[in-house]
Amino acid sequence: MSTAILAQFMAELLSGRIRLVDLTQTLTPEFPTIVLPPELGQAWPFRIEEISRYDERGPAWYWNNFSCSEHTGTHFDAPVHWVTGKDQPNNAVDSIPVDNFIAAACVIDVSAEAAKNPDFLLTIDFVEKWEEKHGRIPERSWVLLRTDWSKRSGAKEYLNMAEDGAHSPGPDAEVVPWLIRERHVHGFGTESIGTDAGQAHHLNPPYPCHYFMHGNNRYGLQCLTNLDQLPPQGALILAAPLKIRNGSGSPLRVLALTPHI
Amino acid sequence: MTDATPKPKRKNPVARTRLPTLPPASRSRAALGLARAAAEGRFEMQACADCGAVQYPPREVCGSCLSERLDWREVANGGALIATTTLRHSNDPYFRERLPWRVGTVKMDAGPSVVAHVHEDCHEAGRVRLALKLDRSGQAVLHALPAEDTPNMNDSPQLRETHCDPKHRRVLVTDGRSTLGRAMVKALLDAGASTVFIGDPATWKADAGFDAFVASDPRIEPVALDVTDTDSVDRLAASIGAKVEILINTADHLRDGGVMNARDVGLARDAFDVNVLGLMRLAQAFGPTMCFRAADGTHGAVAWVNLLSIHALAALPARGAWSASKAAALSAALTLRAEFGGAGIRVMNVFPGPIDDEWEQLTPPPKLAPSAVAAAVVRGLRDGVEDLYVGDVAEELRARLRDNQKAVERELGG
Ligand SMILES: [Zn+2]
Repeated sequence: MSTAILAQFMAELLSGRIRLVDLTQTLTPEFPTIVLPPELGQAWPFRIEEISRYDERGPAWYWNNFSCSEHTGTHFDAPVHWVTGKDQPNNAVDSIPVDNFIAAACVIDVSAEAAKNPDFLLTIDFVEKWEEKHGRIPERSWVLLRTDWSKRSGAKEYLNMAEDGAHSPGPDAEVVPWLIRERHVHGFGTESIGTDAGQAHHLNPPYPCHYFMHGNNRYGLQCLTNLDQLPPQGALILAAPLKIRNGSGSPLRVLALTPHI
Repeated sequence: MTDATPKPKRKNPVARTRLPTLPPASRSRAALGLARAAAEGRFEMQACADCGAVQYPPREVCGSCLSERLDWREVANGGALIATTTLRHSNDPYFRERLPWRVGTVKMDAGPSVVAHVHEDCHEAGRVRLALKLDRSGQAVLHALPAEDTPNMNDSPQLRETHCDPKHRRVLVTDGRSTLGRAMVKALLDAGASTVFIGDPATWKADAGFDAFVASDPRIEPVALDVTDTDSVDRLAASIGAKVEILINTADHLRDGGVMNARDVGLARDAFDVNVLGLMRLAQAFGPTMCFRAADGTHGAVAWVNLLSIHALAALPARGAWSASKAAALSAALTLRAEFGGAGIRVMNVFPGPIDDEWEQLTPPPKLAPSAVAAAVVRGLRDGVEDLYVGDVAEELRARLRDNQKAVERELGG
């Protein structure tokens, strides 16, 4: 039975009735990495150095060394990333059960709101209205926040930094525990540099998405792109981080399977 | 009176670029004592500890009494110009390209009669000042200068061969966002630089003050440059590399933290990435083109400046990782100097004491105003020195390191 389903799945994929959408930003040195006060430890941005390129360093081959943090580029946040998730079972990228790397996704479009207000916060009320239109968020589903932030060009626009810090949208402090308790979501994903809003350090608790999601052994995805190509419901997300021992997260390729509309 | 050197004309794009030639470089080991003084802009000669005679050229023994007890001493640099001649022929490729060339004999107040390159504003039989200058080979040569400064004196073609004046030159300041970087840009503009490319390692940062500064002078050209990103350095070199005549590396990563007394090597790695590998990335990307352009017209590529610290020479344990990176940067800079030697491009290493900026907030005075460091760098370029100690703290440490390195070590560690 399942053999037949897989065969059918492959056939649908090849015929284009199921479409693969790449939700991943290209890793480049210019892609912004989260900025903390300069006296704190900093996440490495992506850096790349050529090992050889068909030259005297290696005549027939081209390859590079690269370096980056676990939280550079499009990346996965494991529960152990946040202090609230430190005692959860299987909370690091190497110990998370692999079946958690496939899950359905609900895409909540707040791009119009975010265009008007970069500090837009997703609320319970907003999600309930979304559910009236697109159906209830199923259990074990990613909630992805479409803000069109990935379309902002250049680090300045993307980080949107002012003297009082970054300004980018995210969830408020009430909606996150509600999504966990009432909807049993799988995790939360965003297009901006973190799952929390740019000004989330002023919320209570600070960084509520990190605080509650990881405190409840849920996951995060950030720096996603192409969310505008996904339906509100019905897409499947493949998001398998690198298997780093006790890793708190990792850059990864995030793919969405969507029914062709 | 010397004519002001005119602003260079736009280059003929189909003319062959002249390659650099160098003046003769071989010297006796004794004569290298002159290079030590010239490198720092001091005027020293060999003096006999027994009979007191000052002698030139330097030798292994005293020419008067054959004593081997010879010291290097600062001596009076005044003298009388007793004869001059203007060379119109030379078999040396370097001088052939620069004829006519004026030389002469100076009877020094300190004793010896010396042959020197003579400035065009010096009058025959008149009083002159002697200066030890580094030529394009990096060797010390004597220049006779007018007793009093004359207008545009530094523009004399012979003297221009010894210095790296930023006037009419295009300069890259690698980090123009820092307090020191901005002061550097300002000083270069005041010195008549024609363009200052101002490296911006954080284009995402909102800073109205910086934006206003960039807009304050049409000669400022902001460029994205992160010295930790090879791609960023290469891209910038590909776009402006053939315009950079002086490169001033102000990029720095100053943080507190020791060697054992640090949580990890993260800070050290960041400091080395900026201060050492950053210097190397810049050298690999910009150096070869600068070498090629060292004799390009009247204002070819001429100098590379490293903003180091006096703690490149004496570790400050409270900032042990940073000190180590500065020491490594100094070592890399010495190799760079050797590599640039063939083109005659000067590598000037700057050793300031603590600079009054945000990272030195808790450092007790005296601290150097960034503008004072920038002014010293411009002065150093105009004088053509290669080692520049800036401020009382640096000069005192430098003197004491010569006297008793152990004493400095114990005190900085205490
Ligand atoms: Zn003697």
